[in-house]
Amino acid sequence: MMAELGVYALVWALLFSLLLVLVPVWGIYTKNATWMNAATTYVTGQLIFIGLAYGCLCGCFLQNDFTVVYVLANSSLHLPWFYKLCAVWGGHEGSMLLWVLILAFWTSAVAWASPHLDRDIRVRVLVVLGALSAGFIVFILMTSNPFVRQFVLTQTEGRDLNPLLQDIGFLFHPPMLYMGYVGFAVAFAFAIAVLWLGRLETKWAKSLRPWTMAAWCCLTLGITLGSWWAYRELGWGGWWFWDPVENASFMPWLVGTALIHALILVEKRNQFVAWTLLLAITGFSLSLVGTFLVRSGVLTSVHAFAVDPLRGLYILMFLGVVIGGSLLLFAWRAQTVVQHRLPDWVSRESAMLLNNIFLVVMMLTVLLGTVYPLVIDGLGLGKLSVGAPYFNQVFTALSTPLLLLMAFGLHVNWQRDSFLGVLRKLGWVFGLGLLCPLLCLVSVHYPLYPMTCLGAVLATWVMFSTLEKVRQRLLLSKTAKKINGAFLGMVIAHFGFSVTALGIIISNSYGIEDDLKMTPGEHTLFAGYDIQFLQEASIRGPNYHGTRSSFLITQGQHQATIYPEKRIYDVGKMPMTESAIDVNPVRDIYIAMGEPLDATAWSIRLYYKPFVRWIWAGGLMMFIGGCFGLSDRRFYRKEAA
Amino acid sequence: MHPLRRRKLSVIIGILLLVALAAGLVLYALRQNISLFYTPSQIMAGSVPTLNAIRVGGVVVKGSIQRDPNSLDVQFKLTDYAQTVTIKYQGVLPDLFREEQGVIAQGTLQDDLSFQATQVLAKHDENYMPPEVKASLQPKLLEKVSLPTRLPPNSLADVPRPDHGIQGTRSVVAEKLTS
Repeated sequence: MMAELGVYALVWALLFSLLLVLVPVWGIYTKNATWMNAATTYVTGQLIFIGLAYGCLCGCFLQNDFTVVYVLANSSLHLPWFYKLCAVWGGHEGSMLLWVLILAFWTSAVAWASPHLDRDIRVRVLVVLGALSAGFIVFILMTSNPFVRQFVLTQTEGRDLNPLLQDIGFLFHPPMLYMGYVGFAVAFAFAIAVLWLGRLETKWAKSLRPWTMAAWCCLTLGITLGSWWAYRELGWGGWWFWDPVENASFMPWLVGTALIHALILVEKRNQFVAWTLLLAITGFSLSLVGTFLVRSGVLTSVHAFAVDPLRGLYILMFLGVVIGGSLLLFAWRAQTVVQHRLPDWVSRESAMLLNNIFLVVMMLTVLLGTVYPLVIDGLGLGKLSVGAPYFNQVFTALSTPLLLLMAFGLHVNWQRDSFLGVLRKLGWVFGLGLLCPLLCLVSVHYPLYPMTCLGAVLATWVMFSTLEKVRQRLLLSKTAKKINGAFLGMVIAHFGFSVTALGIIISNSYGIEDDLKMTPGEHTLFAGYDIQFLQEASIRGPNYHGTRSSFLITQGQHQATIYPEKRIYDVGKMPMTESAIDVNPVRDIYIAMGEPLDATAWSIRLYYKPFVRWIWAGGLMMFIGGCFGLSDRRFYRKEAA
Repeated sequence: MHPLRRRKLSVIIGILLLVALAAGLVLYALRQNISLFYTPSQIMAGSVPTLNAIRVGGVVVKGSIQRDPNSLDVQFKLTDYAQTVTIKYQGVLPDLFREEQGVIAQGTLQDDLSFQATQVLAKHDENYMPPEVKASLQPKLLEKVSLPTRLPPNSLADVPRPDHGIQGTRSVVAEKLTS
């Protein structure tokens, strides 16, 4: 019953999203205000019915309705209830429904929370979002209906959620990521609306900034959570694998970061309008490509298209219409919004433009590395894979100048400045920033690799240069008045970025990894720590059984016992490694159980990871910085016309 | 030239130079880090270079896993049901590695046509077959050995999950876990 209700709700939602497109467009061309204003009503209707459909799917999961194929494939009787709710988006069909739900949420947010926005723009934004929503709902109904039933298999306990996904990280990671992905739809819709209207004004940039910031915040948090989850759950100590799935979320993040900076230029200086619009279109296009290609399994193989031709065809057509159409519109209308003014070489504008170029080039290198194997395979030229070292090399080379630019750019004045003047302002920063990291590295007896030192120094420069900016702001104004939300957000986010950079550099350079054969009772000396395999015991969880072992980590006064596990999930008979970590702010000791080797021995993997927590701490700081930026009151004041 | 135009030109040239530099870097890094995929047949035919890092994929031959009793050295055979290649590896194998499972090994080919792996990949879930491996096996063989294949999530054929029973390395794990 519930599944059928869900399908009906989806059909109703489709109807509302189509009305949301047709009626206001009619209103726009007949200049009928009532028809244009009707958009808000349809947005609400759409949200209600998609919410209902999503609720129905949740209901199916909670009731263990295994006649619904999607529930059967992603849940089991013994799955704890909160994982059942996660399992709703554990597969392709459900995650598409979550996508549409979040899109409806953002659409409603735009409809309700932007009363000061110019009506011509606002209605167009809602229409574009409605069209996207309609496209997605049709896709769900035609090719990925999560409510399909089967009556072949009746005596079953369900096939269970993939054990890798049964983790707290998974409770928050996908929804956050989707909030970010889909949030860029708002920026996209604004860009299309501006091009459609063809009118040059900068107010839209100011209205768009909080939306972009909100989406960027969610994406940042989503990626950070995902990286943390991969680190703990995938068992092999890496926090980033340059996997197509990860790249798909990273590319919109890079473009989103560029967009946030470009919007400042548009709002403050009214420059690079066309470039900003192009960024907004690109950011969402990458989100779309990411969602579709990743969730439909196309990225793992081009053959996935052959498995379900209708789905593949629809995806290609949808991507073609949305991305191709918007780029065509851009090519056709961008002339109308272009302004011919160029900033001075040494100026904040130039620094921001350069930052944009670096971020976009980074995105392009990721894109190339991700789709290159697909293209080669598609052309029938053989099968190959692009290894993580490619990405690491390219990113090291590109982020070095980016960090330098960050340290500098912050202190360059708008319009015109002198290079030497900036250097003079930053004298102590560069001096101290050179000494501090090197002294720290020497004091803990780490070897000094040139690239590591360079990276650490640059990251410290960014850190100090950000602090210097705060100091100057405080001195300049005497009161704390000048420290508004946007400024504070910028400071925290930039600081967070340098924290992440430092974490990456140190953990990659000085991390130690070892695979060992160990029997209970055995000691080993690892990275200056005494590690003892105490014992192993069997355990039994709600939907798995396995072995839990205990390890004692000792160094001087410090003692900790941690418990890595090997689990076998009952339904899929799938073995899983649950690693255990001894955490402190400057290092992780990470232990994972491999396989049983003989009667008592196990293969054990040990990691020593210095500063690895800083990677996620920095991500969290960027998120918090974004939230402060969002809280800036300037965005919400009504503009005195 | 008009000063504004000249500025514009220099900006464009600057950006182009930067992009060209980036492109050069990318191509260099790409050339270094591409690993081509080969099947055991291609390797045994001797047409595969021995210096570059490559990937080889196939199905782990039943009973071919040999562990060194004193270290983490392990050796097993990969097959595409036409030819078989020996893989040597040192370290912890992934959770889903077991006999008759499709896996991919990354590493270098030695002169004696054995393969020294730096990484062994067996991913996702037990019904998963790496696409390259699946494509390299002939469809008839796929049926004959009833290899697990991946079907679209919506097809009903996907629903009854075959019970493979406990076998291979997993039986060791299972015995250990139940005792």
